[in-house]
Parts: sequence; C-alpha cells; structure tokens
Amino acid sequence: MAAGQASGCVFTTGVPASMNVIDIEALSLTFETGDGPVQALSNIDLKIAKGDFVSFIGPSGCGKTTLLRVIADLEQPTGGSISVNGTTPELARLDRAYGYVFQAPALYPWRTIARNVALPLEIMGLTRAQQQERIARNLALVNLTGFEKKYPWQLSGGMQQRASIARALAVEPDLLLMDEPFGALDEIVRDHLNEQLLQLWAKTKKTVVFVTHSIPEAVYLSTKIVVMSPRPGRIHDIVESDLPRGPRPLDIRETPEFLKLAQRVRDGLRAGHSYDD
Amino acid sequence: MTKPSFVRQSVVPVLTVLAVLVAFWYVAALFMNHSMVVAEAQLKGLAFTPSATWLRSWTLDKPLLPAPHQVIAELWRSTAGLSVTSKRSLVYHGWVTLSATLLGFLLGTLLGILLAIGIVHQKVMDKSLMPWIIASQTVPILAVAPMLIVVLNAIGISGLLPKALISTYLSFFPVAVGMVKGLRSPEAIHLDLMRTYNADDFQVFTKLRWPASVPFLFASLKVGIAISLIGAIVGELPTGAVAGLGARLLSGSYYGQTIQIWAALFAAAFLAGLLVLLVGWSERLVMHLMGARPERRAG
Repeated sequence: MAAGQASGCVFTTGVPASMNVIDIEALSLTFETGDGPVQALSNIDLKIAKGDFVSFIGPSGCGKTTLLRVIADLEQPTGGSISVNGTTPELARLDRAYGYVFQAPALYPWRTIARNVALPLEIMGLTRAQQQERIARNLALVNLTGFEKKYPWQLSGGMQQRASIARALAVEPDLLLMDEPFGALDEIVRDHLNEQLLQLWAKTKKTVVFVTHSIPEAVYLSTKIVVMSPRPGRIHDIVESDLPRGPRPLDIRETPEFLKLAQRVRDGLRAGHSYDD
Repeated sequence: MTKPSFVRQSVVPVLTVLAVLVAFWYVAALFMNHSMVVAEAQLKGLAFTPSATWLRSWTLDKPLLPAPHQVIAELWRSTAGLSVTSKRSLVYHGWVTLSATLLGFLLGTLLGILLAIGIVHQKVMDKSLMPWIIASQTVPILAVAPMLIVVLNAIGISGLLPKALISTYLSFFPVAVGMVKGLRSPEAIHLDLMRTYNADDFQVFTKLRWPASVPFLFASLKVGIAISLIGAIVGELPTGAVAGLGARLLSGSYYGQTIQIWAALFAAAFLAGLLVLLVGWSERLVMHLMGARPERRAG
C-alpha cells in the first residue's frame, strides 16, 4: 500500500492499518421503513486485498447492492465497522478514492460521450488539457476512440456502459465499484464486455468489487466470490478462486476447475435459499 | 417526399376545420343579427326579401356578431391601412400590449426560476412559500389588476411597468411550478453519481439539475407567455382605455363597436399564437444544441 495511505489509519475505528483496501467487521444495516425495520445487512465480515477482483453474488434482496453502496458511502451502516483505503467510507468518497459504475450507464443525455467522461474531471477542477488527455486515454481503454462527439442515444447499450466505465476510470481511482454493470445487456455483449473488463483489470491493476446475479460471470471474473443470502442479508460463503489471475480466455468456462467453482457457488446460493419455499 | 405528406397531414386537416368554423360562423351571424335587421326594416318602413335580410345581417355596422369578412376587413384597415403611429392602428396597440407582455414575461420567468431554485434547495422555503404561491393564483386577477394599477399610479409608477407586473404575477406561477418539478427531475442514480464525485450543491445545480430541467422550463414558458399576454390585456382595462389591445376591447364595448372588439380579439389571438410559436422554435433550437434525439413524427 502506498505510504500516503498509511496516514489514513488515524480515521479508522480502532482497526489497525492493514494491507486491505476494504476491511469490514460485524457490519449491519437496518432500514427503517413504514412496515417497521428491515435488516438489509447482518454481521458482515469481509476483507478485500489490493488488486483483488471480488464479486458479490446472491438473489435479489440479499443486500449485495446495499453492501456496495455502504462501501461507496451512499448508505450508512447502523452497526459494526468499515474502512475503505484505510479510512472511513466518507473520507474515501471525499477523496474520490473509488469509481462507481451503476446498473444503468447513467450518462447525461445532454453531454457528448467525451463531455460525459469529462464530468468528474470538471468537478475535480482539472485543466482543459488534463481533461483532454484523460478522456482520450480512458476512452481508448474501453475501445470507444472515435465516439467522442456522439451523444449517448447514438450508442448501443453496451457502448453506453463502456462509456460509463471510462468515466469511472477517468477519476483514476485504485478502487472500482461496479453494481451489476452488464445486467441489462444481452449475453453475447455481456461475454464480450466481461473479457474486456478482465483485460482492463489486468492492465490497470485496480481493485474491483463487482455485484452480479450471474454465476458464470462471477466465477469467470473473480479472484474471490462472496456468496450472499437474503433475509437478513448476510455472507453465506466466500469462495477463493484457483483459476489463474489476469486475463482469462472465455473457454475457461468449459474447464473442470471452472465448473467445480461454479458448482460450489451454486450450492451456496441454494443452501442460503433453502428456508424460502 | 416530405412536402406532400406535410400538406396532407397538417394543412388539409387545419383548413377543413377552418372551413367548418367559418361556415358555422356565417350561419350564427345570420341568426344572431336577424332581429336587428328586422328592427331596422320596420324603422325605415322597408320590406326586405329573405335574401336581402341575409345579406343585410352580414353587413350591419354594429352587428351583434360580425361576419368573418367584416372582421378581416377591419383587421386589414386597422393594420395595413393606417400608419403604425396612428391611435387607431392595431399595430400600434399591439406593440403597446406586446412590450408589456414581454417585460412581464421576462420578470415572471426570472422570479419563477429563482423561487424554484430556492424551493428545491431549502426545505424551509418549500414548506413556507409553496402554499402562498398556490394561493396567489386563486385570487381573481380581474379584481387584483385595478387595485395594483391604482396603487402603483398613486406612488407615481404608471405606463408600462404596472401592466407588466400583472403579467409577471400570472406568468411566474407556471414557471415556478414547472421548474420545481424540473430541478427535481434527475434520477436517483444521476444524483448518486454526483455524490460519488463529491460535487457541491452548485456543481450539482449547474451540471445536473439545470440541464435536466430545460424541457420543463420550455413547457412552462409556453404557458407563461400566453398568460403574460392575458395579464397585459387585463392590465390595460382599468387604465381608462388609453392604449393597447385591452383598451381597444374596452372602447369597442363602450361604443358598441363589435367589429372593433372582434378585430382586437383576433389581433390578440394572433399575437398569442406567434409568441407560443416563437417559444416552441427556441425550444427546438435549444434541445437540438443539447444533443436531444430528434423527435420522430408518428405517422
């Protein structure tokens, strides 16, 4: 971990500075709703090391998106402790320590693709030249060079989501938080983007936290798969992947190692679900 | 390719409706003016044939309902037929009303936008101002206008501004209500995105809320400009019929000049249509510049 981040331990809640980018202990979150309190997250313990690609997988209502939003300081936990980059999620957010990719591309329709990527850079107060350089570099990373002047509606859904990934990368965070980014896309586009994402991850060496409800997607992408179950949202199993790190061919999904991992994730999902119907 | 379909889809239906309306109008004029023609015949001791009665009911000087050609003739006479500086020129009166309308519309739009910004950013303003804003529009403007004109006259403000203020009073409302909705229109993920960037309120406003509210603004402006014209005309009624389309309406009714009233009404309607059209054009221009997807005509 960089030396600069060590000073962040001042802000942690008694947790010693560690090598973990994300350190979650006994975290819980209860929403107050009209029908009484709903426990969205219960007793979450999770450590994510630098450079990991971690997937949260589980049925809807298991709190995987909520957990990601807690990391991003978009939701406040009601119990336990969490540190992001060795500091609180709020300070990490104020420090723009992560890039967030939403389920929908969330591009601003009145901005061109280049100007959408420029949005966070304008807010950060970068000079025009710095903005231009980062726009060009990050659009190239997601293979969207040449589409700078297009408006979002002129691009396909997959291209829009790639533009939103470029926008998240333009902030140059070490941490990328992705909330079912390819959930709305068809399977062929999704396969293609999964492959590109792994190449990107290997190239940029970022830590990625990725929410999905697709078992093949989770196993294909991840170094660590967090299997979650609902009511209350909790971690059922954490599967460490023994597949090679770095770019993986799509064919890897046919190998026995892959199928074994997928089977373990599937069993976990089923066990966490057993009390349901 | 587009021209024939434009004619078929837009021009033909409009002209058909117009023809039906004009025909209906002539028939209505016939019935409404019939008794006047009969009275005139009795007074002069004449015996009109049915066809002469018909023709006479479309050519009276002060008919109950003027026929379309009489209104068009009056419109022509009082616009093209007179110097624009003449006190009887509809161009002169139209300009008087238009200038008050535009000033009032501008002030009303600014006021409406400022109120909406305050309401969206301050809970206190939302709670305290919104009921008053709604209440302001439940007061009949016909009752408020004379008081406002008289009060402002008493403190030495007269002419354009009092009339414009009545337009402002009417036009700020649709703008305020529309802009509150527009500034609150960004989706949750668009706002979350700004939060992940640690953007301040001003940045969220200029980069997200304001551009997102533009379609709402134009919808409000279309209502606002039409209602501004009404405000200006109403504002001209209690000033003793000095100038403006409202004054023409009032003096026409004083002297039973129904043709003059109808000509002024048509001038006002034409002006309103033109203003709404201008707002519509500027909307299309702005939306185009903002990269909006061109609308496909259903067809």
